[in-house]
Amino acid sequence: MSLSLTLTLSLARPFLLSLLGLSLVQAGTPGQSVIQRGAYLVQVGGCNDCHTPLKMGPKGPEPDMARMLSGHPEALKMPPAPQLPEGPWMISMAATATAFAGPWGVSHAANLTPDKETGLGGWTEAQFLQMVRSGRHLGQGRPVLPPMPVQNLRAATEADLKAIFAYLKSVPAISNRVPAAVEPVAAH
Amino acid sequence: MRALLAAAAAALGLTSLAAHAVHAATPGAPRLLSQTGLYASPGRVDARHLAYAPQYPLWTDGAAKSRWLHLPAGATAASIASIDGRDEDAWVFPVGTKAWKEFRFQGRKVETRLLWKTGPSSWIFASYAWNEAQTDAVLVPESGAAEAAEVAPGRGHSIPSRTDCRTCHGEGRQTELLGFNALQLSPDRDPGALHGEPWRPGMTGLGDLVARGLLRGARRDLLTRPPRIQAEQPTTRSALGYLAANCASCHRGDRPLPGLDLDFRHTSRIAREADEPGLRTTLGRPSLFQPPGLSSSLRLAPGQPDRSALLQRMASRRPASQMPPLGSALVDEAAVTHLRQWIAALPMTPSH
Ligand code: HEC
Ligand code: HEC
Ligand code: HEC
Repeated sequence: MSLSLTLTLSLARPFLLSLLGLSLVQAGTPGQSVIQRGAYLVQVGGCNDCHTPLKMGPKGPEPDMARMLSGHPEALKMPPAPQLPEGPWMISMAATATAFAGPWGVSHAANLTPDKETGLGGWTEAQFLQMVRSGRHLGQGRPVLPPMPVQNLRAATEADLKAIFAYLKSVPAISNRVPAAVEPVAAH
Repeated sequence: MRALLAAAAAALGLTSLAAHAVHAATPGAPRLLSQTGLYASPGRVDARHLAYAPQYPLWTDGAAKSRWLHLPAGATAASIASIDGRDEDAWVFPVGTKAWKEFRFQGRKVETRLLWKTGPSSWIFASYAWNEAQTDAVLVPESGAAEAAEVAPGRGHSIPSRTDCRTCHGEGRQTELLGFNALQLSPDRDPGALHGEPWRPGMTGLGDLVARGLLRGARRDLLTRPPRIQAEQPTTRSALGYLAANCASCHRGDRPLPGLDLDFRHTSRIAREADEPGLRTTLGRPSLFQPPGLSSSLRLAPGQPDRSALLQRMASRRPASQMPPLGSALVDEAAVTHLRQWIAALPMTPSH
C-alpha cells in the first residue's frame, strides 16, 4: 500500500510540480533538464548577442561559435573610442559587438565560459546570484556597467538564475582574459 | 486551493514553501529605533548593553560613531547568554544578539544601524534615519537613502541598501560582526590605529568578556597572548590593521572573490609578519588595475606609492576604481597619507 502510494507520487511528481508552478529545477542538483532550461534561458535572454564575438561571414557579421560566450577577445585591443558628433548619438560599439563606449567609459562583455582563470570557473553559484541581486561587479564591487541588462536578469526567479549558471558552467571553457573596464576620460 | 497545494508540496517533500512560511513568522525590524531595545528611556541607552569601540574602525566619511552590543538572557533569567569563542576567528553569537552603531556628522545623529540575530543562520539588517528634532529615528527602506547628510560641499553620505550591508557583513550563516571580534577588542590596542577611538572606562573588551563569563571556549592564554597584527614596525602594524578593518570584509582568503587571490584578513593562525595576508598577497604582486598614465602596477610596490594599486584605489572616489567600492563618498585622506609614507619607506627588495 505505502509502496504503491510512493510510486504514484513519484510518477505524479513532475505533473504536480508543474501544477504548483515550480520547475523541476528546484527539485535537485543540476541535471540535464536544468542545464537544458539554462540553455533555453540564455538563448531567449540574448546573452550571446554581446558575449559571443561577431565575425565576418559570407552573409555579413555572424556569431563566432568557436568562441561562444567567451566575451570580448583579449587580442582585440580597442583604440580610444571615436569622438561622437553633436546630436542624439551616445554609444559606440566594436565590430565584434563585445566592447561598448558610452558615458560610463568603455565596458567589455565578460567571459561567461567555465574557464578557471578568465571566465566563470572560479565563481560560486552564490556569487552569481549576488552579482544579479546587487548589480555589482563580482557581486561585491563597482556597479555593473551598461549595456549589461543586469536589472532585467534580476526579474528572473532564483531557480531560473541557477539554471542559467548551471548551463554556463557546462559550455566549453575558453581561456580569454577580457580587458578591465576603462573609466570615462572626464573622470581622470 | 492554496491549502491543497501546500499539502501536495509537503507530500512531495518540498521544503521551500515551508521555509517561506517560517520566514514570514520571524519578526521584522521595528519601524522606530526606540522600539528596538536600545534605549531604557527616551535618549538614555540601556545600561545593560555592552558599549565598545573596535581598535581599527571603519572609515565612513569621518562620521563619529558609538556602538553597543546586547546579549540575550541565558538559561536562567538572571544570567546572560554567552558567546561561543572556540573559533577565535569566527565567534558564534547567541540567537537574540543585537548590535547597534550610531553615526554622527557635525555633532548631529544621522543614522543608527542594527544587526539582530533572529535564528541560528538569520540576521535582520536595518538602518534608522534620525529625525530633525533628534528625538527618534525611522527605519530606512531596503534600498537605503541617498544624501542623508552633507559631509563636504556637494558630497552626501548615503545610507547603504540592505544588499550593500550584506556585501560587507555577509549573508545568512556567514553574517559577521566586524567590530566585535577578538582582534578588534584585544587589550593589546594599537596606539597608532588610524582614527582610533579611545577605550573609555565602562567599555567592554576581551578582559571584561572573559571575566564575566560572556566568552566561552576561548584559548586559555587569550589574555596573556592577546590577538595582535604581526608586524615589526609600528607603521606596518597600523597599516595592516587599517586594511584588515576596511578591506577584509570583501578581500578574505576564506571567501575569495573569483580570480583575485587578494586577502587582508588577519587571523589567529598568523604568527609572523611575512604571513600577514595583507603583505603576502600584495607585495610585488602584479595588479590588473592600470593607474591613469601608467601601463602597469603592482598591488603593493615597495618604495613606489604611485605604482601601488592598493593606494591608488583607496585614494579614488571614481565609481569604477574606488576602494572600498561602497559605503563612503570621501577619500580617507589621513589613511592615504599614512599608507603613502609606509609604502615609500618599505625596502625595495623585501627581506621576507
Ligand atoms: C547588450 C549587451 C549584453 C547582453 C545582452 C548581456 N550582457 Fe552580460 N555583460 C555585458 C557587458 C558589457 C558586461 C561587462 C559589464 C561590466 O564590466 O561592468 C557584461 C557582464 C556580464 C557578467 C559579469 C558581471 C560582473 O560581475 O562583472 C555576467 C555574469 C554576464 N554579463 C552575464 C550575462 C547573461 C547571463 C546574459 C543573458 C541573460 C547577458 N550577460 C546578456 C553585456 C551584455
Ligand atoms: C565591498 C567589497 C570591497 C571592499 C570593502 C574592498 N574591496 Fe577591493 N575589490 C573589490 C572587488 C569586487 C574587486 C575586483 C574588481 C575590481 O578590481 O574593481 C576589488 C579589487 C581590488 C584591487 C585590485 C586587485 C588587482 O589585483 O587588480 C585592489 C588593489 C583592492 N581591491 C584594494 C582594496 C583596498 C585597499 C580596500 C580597503 C581600503 C578594498 N579593496 C576594499 C571589493 C571590495
Ligand atoms: C563597507 C563595508 C560595510 C558596509 C556597507 C556596512 N558595514 Fe556595518 N560595519 C562594517 C565594519 C568594518 C564594522 C566594524 C568597524 C566599525 O564599527 O567601525 C561594522 C560595524 C557594524 C555594526 C556594529 C557591530 C559590528 O559588526 O561590529 C553594525 C550594527 C553594522 N555595522 C550594521 C550595518 C548595517 C545595518 C549596514 C547596512 C545599512 C552596514 N552595517 C553596512 C562594514 C560595513
